Amino acid sequence: MKWERVRIPLMLGPTMAIITILFFGSLGFGFLQSLGYQPQIGNTGFSLDAYYAVMFSERSASQFWPGLALTLWVASASTFISAALAVGLSLLLRRTFFGKKLAVFLFQLNLPIPHLVIAVGMLLLFAQSGLVARFAGELGIIDAPRDFPVLTRDPYGLGIILAYIWKEVAFFGIIVMAVLQSLGEDYEAVAQSLGANRWQRFRTVTLPLIMPGLMSASIIVFAFTFGTYEVPRILGVQHPKMLPVLALEYFLNPDLNARAEGMALSIIIAVIVFALVFLYMYVSARTVRKS
Amino acid sequence: MSDLTLSSTTSSSNVRARRGFGRVVFYLTIFVMCLMLILPVIAFFINAFAFRWFYPQFVPNEWSLQAWERLRLIPRAGDRSLEGFISLWASVPDVVSALGLSLFIGAVVTGFSIIIGLPAARALGLYRFRGKRIIEFMVITPTIVPPIAFSLGLNINFIRWDLALEAAGFPLDLSGSIIGVSIVHLVPVMPYVVLTLSGVFANYNPDFEAQARSLGAGPVRIFWDVTLPAILPGLFVAALFAFLVSWSQYLLTFLIGQGRVITLPMLLFAAAGSGNNAVIAALSLIFIAPAILILLVASRFLSGESSAVGGFGRV
Repeated sequence: MKWERVRIPLMLGPTMAIITILFFGSLGFGFLQSLGYQPQIGNTGFSLDAYYAVMFSERSASQFWPGLALTLWVASASTFISAALAVGLSLLLRRTFFGKKLAVFLFQLNLPIPHLVIAVGMLLLFAQSGLVARFAGELGIIDAPRDFPVLTRDPYGLGIILAYIWKEVAFFGIIVMAVLQSLGEDYEAVAQSLGANRWQRFRTVTLPLIMPGLMSASIIVFAFTFGTYEVPRILGVQHPKMLPVLALEYFLNPDLNARAEGMALSIIIAVIVFALVFLYMYVSARTVRKS
Repeated sequence: MSDLTLSSTTSSSNVRARRGFGRVVFYLTIFVMCLMLILPVIAFFINAFAFRWFYPQFVPNEWSLQAWERLRLIPRAGDRSLEGFISLWASVPDVVSALGLSLFIGAVVTGFSIIIGLPAARALGLYRFRGKRIIEFMVITPTIVPPIAFSLGLNINFIRWDLALEAAGFPLDLSGSIIGVSIVHLVPVMPYVVLTLSGVFANYNPDFEAQARSLGAGPVRIFWDVTLPAILPGLFVAALFAFLVSWSQYLLTFLIGQGRVITLPMLLFAAAGSGNNAVIAALSLIFIAPAILILLVASRFLSGESSAVGGFGRV
C-alpha cells in the first residue's frame, strides 16, 4: 500500500521539477533581482527603485508609457481582428464545395510556420518596394514606392499587427472549425425552421455556441502577442518600442542597474498579462452565470 | 445582364440566378482569402529565386540561384556536378550546421519531453488526488506568462549554477551549450506535451491493462502491447507540437546559448537586419519546410481535437 501513496508524486515529479525549478524558480529569481537583490555586486537589500525608475524616471518614463500603449493596442487589435476574420472564414469553409480540402489546407498553412518567419514575410510583402506595393503599382494605384503607406517598421505597430493577423487567423480558425464540427448544424436548422434569418441565426445561435472556444483562444493569443519579442523586434521602430523589446534592451545593457530595470519591466509585463487574463475570466464567468 | 432581367420575371428562376451569382461570389471570396493567407509563402518563393528584381517589376524578369549560392547550399555555375555538391557540403556551410543543430535539439527535446511528460499526463488524466488543481494550474502557467518574464531570470540562474557546479568540481557549462539550450526548451514544450497527453489519458480505459496483467503480462509488455497502441495518435500529436515549439524558439536559444548555439532562427534573425531579401527568403523557405511537412502528416490527426491544437499558439 505504500507504493500506492508515492506513485502519483513519482509520476508527477520530473515534470514538476522542470516547471518548478526552471520556470517558477527563474520567475522568482527575476522578481528578486527586480527588487534590487543582486548579490554579485553586493546588493542584498530590497527596494522598489527599479520599478519606480522604469515607470517614472525621466529617462525611462518617455519609453515606458508609449511602449505600454503600443503593446496594449497591438495585442488587442491583433486578437480582435484575427478572431473576427477567422470566424467569418470558418463559417464559409463549413459549407461543402469543390476544392474544400485544398482550401482548408491552405487555411491551416500558416499554423506551423514560426512567428519569426511570418514577421520576415511581412517585410517582403509590405515594404514600400515589397510584393504588395508592386502589385498596387501594376494596377496603377500608386506611382512610386513612396506612395505606398509605411506598413513595416511604422510607429503605430501596423506591420506587427499584420504579422499577428496572418498567424492567428489560422490559429483561431482551427479552433473555431473544430467547435463547429463537433456542434453540427442541428441548432441552426431549428432556428431556421422557426423563421430566423441568416444574421439572427449567427447572432443568437452560432456565435454563443462558439464563444467559449473563441474566448479561450483569445486569452492565448492576447498573452502571446503582448509578450513576444521577435515580431516587434523585426517589424517595430526605435520609438515607441513594445515592452518586451524594451525589457530585453534594458537587460542586455552593460550597466547592472539597467539590468534590474529590465527584470522589473519583464515582471510588469507578466503581471499585466496575468491581471488581464484573470479579469477576463472573472467577467466571462459572471456573464455565463447571468445568461 | 440578360440573365438578371430574365430572372426578375419569375420568382423560381430569381432564386436560381441569385444562387448562381452567390456561388461565384462565394468561390471568389474563398480564392482571394486563401491567396491572401499564403501570400508570405508566395513572397518567399519569388524573392528566393529572383535576380535584379527592381521596383516596378511585378514578376521578376530574371531568375537565379544566387541566394542559394551565397548560402553555400548550391555550388557556383561551373561546379554543379556531383563532386561540386559533395565538396561544398563537406565543408559544412553555416546553414547546414544550423539546420542540423535545430533538428538535433528538436529531436532531443521531443524525446525527453515525452519520456518526462508521459507519467505526469497519466497521473493527471486518470487519477483524482489532492492538489490536482494546483498541479494543473502550475502546468498551464508557462503557456500564459510571456517567455521574456522567466527567460531573463533563467539566463542569470544558468550562469550562477555553472559557477556553483564549477566550484563543486563539475564544470558543465550549461550556459552557452547545446545541453543548456535543450534543457530550457523543455519549459515552453512541457505544458503542451502534458496537456495533450492528459487529454488522451482522460479517455483511456486502464482496465485493459489489468486484464493483460491477469493474463500474465509484465509491465514492459503491458506498456508496449496495450497502453502504447491506445495512446499512439495522441502521442504523435504531442511529439509534433514538442518539435515545432522547440524548432521555433528564438529568445531562449539566444539568451541561454549566449550566441554560441547557432540554430536556424538565429541565422534568420541576423539575416532579417541585412536587407538582402533573396537570402532572407531562401532561409525562410529552409526554416518552414519541415514545419509544412509536419502539417501535411498531422492534418488528419488534428480535426476536432481542440485540446491539442493549443500548441500552435506558441509556435
